[in-house]
Amino acid sequence: MSTNILSQLVAELSSGRIRIIDLTQTLSPEFPQISLPPEMGQCLPFRIEEVSRYDDRGPGWYWNNFSCGEHTGTHFDAPIHWISGKDLPNNATDTVPITDFVRPACVLDCSKEAAANPDFLLTVEFVKRWEAKHGVIPTRSWVLMRTDWSKRTDPAAYQNFDETGQHTPGPDAEVVQFLVHERDVIGFGTEAIGTDAGQAQYLRPPYPCHYFMHGAGRYGLQCLTNLDRLPPTGSVIVAAPLKIQDGSGSPLRVIAMVTS
Amino acid sequence: MTRELSRPKRKNPILRTRLATLPPGARSRVALGLTAAAARGAFELQVCRDCQAVQYPPREACQACLSSRLPWRVQAGDGELIADTTLAHSNDLFFRERVPWRLGYVRLDCGPTVVVHMHGDVPPAPARVKVGARLDKSGQAVLIAFPSQEVPNMADDRQLREFTCDPKFRKVLVTDGKTGIGQAIVKAIIAAGADLVWVGHAEPWKKFPGFDELKAIPQVSLMPLDLTDSKSVREIAAEIGGRVDVLINTAEVHRNFGIGNRRGVEIAQAEMDVNYFGLLRLAQEFGPALRGRAADGQSNAVAWVNILSVYALANFPPHGTFSASKAAAHSLAQCLRAEMRPAGIRVINVFPGPIDHEWNQQIPPPKVTPQALATAIVRALKDGVEDVYPGDVAQEWLERWRDNPKALERELSNP
Ligand SMILES: [Zn+2]
Repeated sequence: MSTNILSQLVAELSSGRIRIIDLTQTLSPEFPQISLPPEMGQCLPFRIEEVSRYDDRGPGWYWNNFSCGEHTGTHFDAPIHWISGKDLPNNATDTVPITDFVRPACVLDCSKEAAANPDFLLTVEFVKRWEAKHGVIPTRSWVLMRTDWSKRTDPAAYQNFDETGQHTPGPDAEVVQFLVHERDVIGFGTEAIGTDAGQAQYLRPPYPCHYFMHGAGRYGLQCLTNLDRLPPTGSVIVAAPLKIQDGSGSPLRVIAMVTS
Repeated sequence: MTRELSRPKRKNPILRTRLATLPPGARSRVALGLTAAAARGAFELQVCRDCQAVQYPPREACQACLSSRLPWRVQAGDGELIADTTLAHSNDLFFRERVPWRLGYVRLDCGPTVVVHMHGDVPPAPARVKVGARLDKSGQAVLIAFPSQEVPNMADDRQLREFTCDPKFRKVLVTDGKTGIGQAIVKAIIAAGADLVWVGHAEPWKKFPGFDELKAIPQVSLMPLDLTDSKSVREIAAEIGGRVDVLINTAEVHRNFGIGNRRGVEIAQAEMDVNYFGLLRLAQEFGPALRGRAADGQSNAVAWVNILSVYALANFPPHGTFSASKAAAHSLAQCLRAEMRPAGIRVINVFPGPIDHEWNQQIPPPKVTPQALATAIVRALKDGVEDVYPGDVAQEWLERWRDNPKALERELSNP
């Protein structure tokens, strides 16, 4: 039976009736990283140093060393990332249940709102309106907030800093609690640099998405792209972080399976 | 009279870019004393501690009393040109390309007679002159006779320019323009006549104070440049490396930690990544390009400036990891100097005391202002020196360090 299902999956993938969409930004030195005030510890950007390229350093092979933070590029946030999730069981990249790596997704299109207002906050009311159209968010789903922010290929526009800080969309405090407690989501994903809005330190509590999601053992995905190619419902997300010992998060390849 | 330097014509791309040649560079160990002083911009000769006789050329024993106690002392340089000649032919490759070349003998008021290169405005012998020491393309000290009075366009003299790195009509890269230091240097170098200044800025999404003002300067081209990113350095070098005549590395990370007052190594790594590895990346990518243009006409590649710190000489424990990164950069800069010397490119190391910026907020004055630092760098280029210690604190530490490095170590660790 299960062999049958898997054979069917492979057949559907081969035939193109199930397509795979890459939701991942390329890891490159140019891709901006989260920036904290300069007196604080910082997340390293992606850096790469060539080891050899069919040359005197290694005549027949090409390879690089790379370095980055756990929260660089398209990445996964584990519950241990936030202080609210620090004492939960199985809260780190090496211990989160692997069954969570393959889950369905709901995609909430906030692209018009984000275009009109970079500080746009997703609300419960917005989610309920979405549900009226597409149905109630199924249990243990990813909720992905589509803003088309990933189309901002200029790093300055992507980061969108001014002298009062960063201006990027995210969820408000109430909707995060609603998604966790009323809809039992597995996590929240965004296209901008964080799961929280750029100005989220001024929300109550500060950084509510990190605070409530991780406090309830849920996950985050950020710096996603191609969310505009996903249907509102019916896609399946494969998001498996690197198995970093006691890791708080990890860059990863996020893919979605959709039916044509 | 020296003709004012004019902007050089664009080069003829059909002609081969000439390779650098160097004047004879061998010196005895004792003669390197003259070089050590000239590297700091000083003219020093040995003076006998027993009979006060001033010595030239440098020697092991006093020419008057055979004493071996011959400390180096600063000389005023006033003297009388007693003979001069113009070299019309030379088998030495360096001078062969530069004849006619004027040389002379000067009897210094302090005693000895010295061999000098001549500034073009020195009249035929006999004449009063002022002798100064300069580094030549080999990095060795030579003596130059200047007119006894300042004359117009003095720095533009053809022979003198073989010893200096004047920014006039040159193209300059300032690696980081985000800081007050970077911006002061950009302005000072333009005021000194630079034709074009590329200004690097890392993390271009962080708009910095002074950005609009910098952008409005017609000679300035801003470009994203991040010394922690090998790809960024490689790409910018590929784009402009073949045009840069003077590289001024202003990029720096400075935090205020020793070993015990902050856990972890990531701040120290960030300091090393810019202050040490950043210099290494720059040197690997821009070094060959500069060397290849060391004899490229009037506006040839001439100099590389590193902003180090007087903390590179002895660790200042409250800024301990920063000091260590600057000591590493200092060591690497010595390597760079050795590798640039065969092309005659001068590597200038600047050792300021505490600079008046945000990371030295709690250091009491005196502090070096960005403007004073910029002025010192332009001066160093014009004089062609190798080591600069701008500001009172740096001068005092230098004196103490030269006198007794161990004592300075103790003084700095007992604030
Ligand atoms: Zn004597």
